[in-house]
Amino acid sequence: MAAPSGAAVDISQAMVVAEAPLADWLVIAPVAYCLMAGAGLMMLRKYVKLQPRLAVFGLLALVAMTAGLLVHVLSGGTVTVTMGRWLPPFGISFSVDILGAILAFTASLVALACGLYAAQDVDKTGRRYGFYPLLFLMMAGVIGAFVTGDIFNLYVWFEVLLIASFGLQILGSERQQLDGATKYALLNLVATTIFLIATGFLYGIFGTLNMADIALQAREMGATAPLYTLAALYLLAFGMKAAAFPVAFWLPASYHTPKVVVSALFAGLLTKVGIYALLRTMIMLFPEQRDELATLIAIVAVVTMILGTLGALAQTDYRRLLGYLVVSGIGVMLAGIALATPLGLSGSIFYALHSIIVMTALYMAAGMAARIGRSFSIAQLGGIYRSHVLFAAISLVLFLSVSGLPPFSGFWPKAVLVKASLDAGIWWLAASILVTGFLTTIAVGRVWAHAYWKPADTTPPESPMMIPTATLRPSATYLPLIGLVALTAVFGLYPEPLLVLTERSAEQLLDPGSYIQSVFPEAAQ
Amino acid sequence: MQTLIFRTVAPFLSALMVVFSIFVLLRGHNEPGGGFIGGLIAASALAIYGIACGVTPVRRAIYFHPMNIASFGVMLGGAAGMISIFFGVPFMTGLWVYPNILGVEVALSTVLFFDIGVYFAVVGTITSVALALEERDEI
Repeated sequence: MAAPSGAAVDISQAMVVAEAPLADWLVIAPVAYCLMAGAGLMMLRKYVKLQPRLAVFGLLALVAMTAGLLVHVLSGGTVTVTMGRWLPPFGISFSVDILGAILAFTASLVALACGLYAAQDVDKTGRRYGFYPLLFLMMAGVIGAFVTGDIFNLYVWFEVLLIASFGLQILGSERQQLDGATKYALLNLVATTIFLIATGFLYGIFGTLNMADIALQAREMGATAPLYTLAALYLLAFGMKAAAFPVAFWLPASYHTPKVVVSALFAGLLTKVGIYALLRTMIMLFPEQRDELATLIAIVAVVTMILGTLGALAQTDYRRLLGYLVVSGIGVMLAGIALATPLGLSGSIFYALHSIIVMTALYMAAGMAARIGRSFSIAQLGGIYRSHVLFAAISLVLFLSVSGLPPFSGFWPKAVLVKASLDAGIWWLAASILVTGFLTTIAVGRVWAHAYWKPADTTPPESPMMIPTATLRPSATYLPLIGLVALTAVFGLYPEPLLVLTERSAEQLLDPGSYIQSVFPEAAQ
Repeated sequence: MQTLIFRTVAPFLSALMVVFSIFVLLRGHNEPGGGFIGGLIAASALAIYGIACGVTPVRRAIYFHPMNIASFGVMLGGAAGMISIFFGVPFMTGLWVYPNILGVEVALSTVLFFDIGVYFAVVGTITSVALALEERDEI
């Protein structure tokens, strides 16, 4: 490229010559912005009082960007931008369809809520050791994974979010945290390695890493290449990332150890990136191979759901219990992937969005309950209903929502998934979704009865180290929680727009024609 | 480390390595080299200086905290990619100018600035790890 000035070279053979409109920058802006904002906050890490303010404004800007991206994708269809304008499949493309855009938007909303909550939850030492920079780096990884159209690039974003999450997890450096972080890091690195091996294998078969290109070629290749092995490897790798049975145990072993706000972020976002990757690979790239694996995925879904809730029933620690509920929610999302009908996928995507919001809010609620009652054990907590009525009401809404009871957002995806499984004639899948809802109700009912309803225990509990001693400043702490609860209530009462969106994104996944066309404008004809 | 020969040679060796790292960085566009390997060479120069003379002189010599250097690198890399927004081309497109400086045509590009960003990111990251490990050694 270092040609001397004035030499005219025909670049149309190697590069995209069409002008990139300014609106297409919304595809890359959230990711590049998060990286740069993270770096900027890292430089300012000594200014611990300034950090939360800067971060909250920064996250507001992120929400605006991802909202712009969602609007852009809804109005103009799938958008593809190829970095450095090299022609795809050689350049790295970022392709955003409705699924990616809506997940990115929801993720940034949750990040904003966590940024606000962290202003109370993360102390000065935590800020100095880089909570906010790591938050931005993790968001770069999460949003990068949602918007990329290149499977190796997806791996890179997984690494980015993983490395940032290691940093977040050990913030505070307590013994228990290091124990949890070791398990988390080791098992996640195993999953990442399987992902990398599968991607190397995929490159050997296809000679391309561009997802649109792979989707095109996989449909022509059929049985001539070992695609079943490949699909199974991806299922294992992303299943582990998403915490599906039998590779789910890193999650309940580690999610209760970090700071509450970090757990909230992880529970909301990280496992859903795994689900998103499963949707991309299983539904869009290898649909034929998924059909063969469908029964396996359905069985995994059922076992994950049921064991998740049974695990939750056995716990007495508020946060451990929530960890098992995250796992059980993953099972419900897998049910839609096992069905792979438009309705089932729509239910899965809806459930993922619901779970991002509700699981984050539940961990925040656990943190606040622990501040009120000085403990995470539901046996020691008590009397919250009497002392904090508003907070108890918010928690009750979240409990109903996570159990899938109307009128909150957990109800609709479960109803859709039950209908989809009955349509497909798999009665046991429908039954296990219903049983899971019932068992979840019992599990959170136990929390309600013990921590909220039961009169307060007057004997002073031994003070655990993890709980910050700061006093509860109602406005600042309630604001993010109320925001998230409002979202779950609004989409429970008026799910129409979200259902339309998830149906459209399910259709786009099942028929990737528009996705392929946005990457290769002339090839799709 | 307390050997006389090493302590005498280390500052010169480090200086030489830093110069060499910049050379490797700049030749990296079409020939072997570039920001990553250049950054590694510079970071090992600082590590050698740290082993020979202790961590405090290194921290004084680089003036900025290594993590700030790394952050600056990430910012520079991102900014280099962002320049293309003014030219209607996608993120990270290589843009070139050929100014005549003192009768020599110098090829400057956004790619070069990205590479310099990588250089700083690598120097900062590896140095902060190396210095932390060497500090632990002294206790």
